[in-house]
Amino acid sequence: MAVDAAEPPRTALRPLAVLKDALGTALLALGLAVPILALRTEQNISNELILQPRWNYVAIAVLAAFMARLLYLLVPALPRRRKASRKAGPRVTGRAISVAGLVLLVAYPLLALALVGQGGAIKWIDNFGIQILIYIMLGWGLNIVVGLAGLLDLGYVAFYAVGAYSYALLATSDPVKAFMAEWLGPNFWPLWAFWICLPVAGLMAAFWGILLGFPVLRLRGDYLAIVTLAFGEIIRLVLINWVPVTNGYAGITSIPRPTFFGLPFNASDSGFAAFFGLPFTPLYRTIFLFYVILALALLTNWVTLRLRRLPVGRAWEALREDEIACRALGINTTNTKLTAFAIGAGFGGFAGSFFAARQGFISPESFTFMESAIVVAIVVLGGMGSQIGVAIAAIAMIGGTEILRELDWLKRVFGPDFEPTHYRMLLFGLAMVLLMIWRPRGLVAFRQPSIFLRERRAVRADMVREGHG
Amino acid sequence: MSVAAPPLLDVEHLTMRFGGLVAIDALSFAAARGEITAIIGPNGAGKTTVFNCITGFYKPTSGRLLLALGDADAGEVAALTASGRRWRNTAKGQIFLLERMPDYEIVARAHVARTFQNIRLFPGMTVLENLIVAQHNPLMAASGWTVLGLFGARRYVEAEARAVERAQYWLDKVGLMERADDPAGDLPYGAQRRLEIARAMCTEPALLCLDEPAAGLNPRESADLTAFLKSIQVEHGTSILLIEHDMSVVMEISHRVVVLEYGQKIADGPPDQVRNDPRVIAAYLGVEDEEVEKVEAEIAR
Repeated sequence: MAVDAAEPPRTALRPLAVLKDALGTALLALGLAVPILALRTEQNISNELILQPRWNYVAIAVLAAFMARLLYLLVPALPRRRKASRKAGPRVTGRAISVAGLVLLVAYPLLALALVGQGGAIKWIDNFGIQILIYIMLGWGLNIVVGLAGLLDLGYVAFYAVGAYSYALLATSDPVKAFMAEWLGPNFWPLWAFWICLPVAGLMAAFWGILLGFPVLRLRGDYLAIVTLAFGEIIRLVLINWVPVTNGYAGITSIPRPTFFGLPFNASDSGFAAFFGLPFTPLYRTIFLFYVILALALLTNWVTLRLRRLPVGRAWEALREDEIACRALGINTTNTKLTAFAIGAGFGGFAGSFFAARQGFISPESFTFMESAIVVAIVVLGGMGSQIGVAIAAIAMIGGTEILRELDWLKRVFGPDFEPTHYRMLLFGLAMVLLMIWRPRGLVAFRQPSIFLRERRAVRADMVREGHG
Repeated sequence: MSVAAPPLLDVEHLTMRFGGLVAIDALSFAAARGEITAIIGPNGAGKTTVFNCITGFYKPTSGRLLLALGDADAGEVAALTASGRRWRNTAKGQIFLLERMPDYEIVARAHVARTFQNIRLFPGMTVLENLIVAQHNPLMAASGWTVLGLFGARRYVEAEARAVERAQYWLDKVGLMERADDPAGDLPYGAQRRLEIARAMCTEPALLCLDEPAAGLNPRESADLTAFLKSIQVEHGTSILLIEHDMSVVMEISHRVVVLEYGQKIADGPPDQVRNDPRVIAAYLGVEDEEVEKVEAEIAR
């Protein structure tokens, strides 16, 4: 398996060598920790800069490195033992996970409601459910570009931003409002803006995907990554500086919220709650938003799975494997790359317009490079090209960082000043490093063939290429 | 005006320069319809460059590459050359100017397929998938450029079933039926060579360009390959253009042999004639011992 290929075969463990290795790592950690952690500058009451020694931090870091290395050297037997059981059939378990996951997702809002009651449920559905689903959708959208077509796009957030701003600008634009009020009555646009703008935002993002596609078509590898990264930054800078249109840093406020197909989620007599004779609570909107993003994410998944079995999807994967061979088989690689960019961008745009509708307020702050990096990390950790892997990675990464906010008991361990959320990025990086050690090709390290003659056998990751860029 | 039908591929005054290096110098030859034409020559003679020009991977510096599917008269050829167009329909077929066409169009429209000297399969895709990808263009049309296929249109389902049938036919031909669901990168070397030829055949080519198909094969595999190529030519009427160093393969199956040296043609004719051509023997198979002595003596003088 891939794990074996990445690790040289280990002979019998020699305790002394292991200890020496671990001590070496500890020494390295010491060298790193002293300049970074040992001393901290603080101001005292008379505004003087004083040095605050923090040798206990250094000790913790060195000890942690020592233990981690020791553990890493002593546990390699683990993946090998797992091999036999995995051979039995990833297909069955894969399907079981998909079905179980789907059931869990559909039941999630009700489950949250039952477990933590109305007050807590909003937080759990919004912060965990909706937030994670947005990233799952972004991950699945980017998976088309990076995982299937093998084009490393580091500026995916640009399309997310295009979708969000398309919706926000269209829905709040005065001429559009006036036009709609004149032709369809004053109530039409506030109630239906979301449902009309959602596809428009997706198309707009897809259009920008094609626009970006043209200049980057000739580029490969690092060059492609850099140009897409720059594109993401350009979009963000335009959003910041084109103040008359985008309102700059201040962002766009009072974006119309989604309605239940024309029924607004408010306390009025024509609202959702009154219409169904229910007492008003903001919970309904949250639950509805959850199901909207769930439907959008599942649509992304369905389309991707479908496309993989169509010539265009197979051409994407072939492109990832060998572009020259594609050209020798009559595949127009230009168009193939453009469709990958456009479809991936389109889903990013859908997610963006949902994001704008959910927040009711957007500003360029939400579309920094960090977002692109997180989505790329989700795709890479998930296992490039694997839908279920991407979903699991999104849950782990986004859910993991959200859960840090809940870990108040850590304050009892580390003292009242300890803020778990500050260590978000540290844990993020740690998780990436660990995964790259144990599963260098992502969580799901095999590829499902799109068609088979007798038996669907997963292709091992070490066969599959990563694409040229 | 000539009355004879043009050959399948007519290469005229093909020149390819890379900066100051002339890789091919005013090369003219023809690949006859339904025949196997071999291009041989020492390493660096420009054989693969000729292939890259024919299949559109390089834009030739000058020259004309005329491919005729069906019949065409000289007037029609002249009219196409004079126009800026890439192809035209003739009274009894179609003619193409390959030097004007991009690589993918040459496969899709002019039906010229190729294999590579260093095998280029899709290693992470299964053997069957490799053969389905080769049928991209007809399948793309059947899927209504993805739109109809997305909703499971019957037309696409049927087209895909036909594509699988064609793939199975070729899998059977190259003896890889058992390995259809294995990743192509897992196959042994000889099988990968055969699969690459099968994949090229799945594009339904009129002209199949094979770049050293016998390289790295043992004598038995290379004899099997010879029989396989023969069967492609006889049963499918596919014309073959072959670059090969293995003389046993070349001499046995080719109808015509073109010999290149330093980008220039030094011989062109049936295998027997080429085999005995003193220039070919000197350039390709090496100079005889006494001649070496003569040359050395001349240098010393």
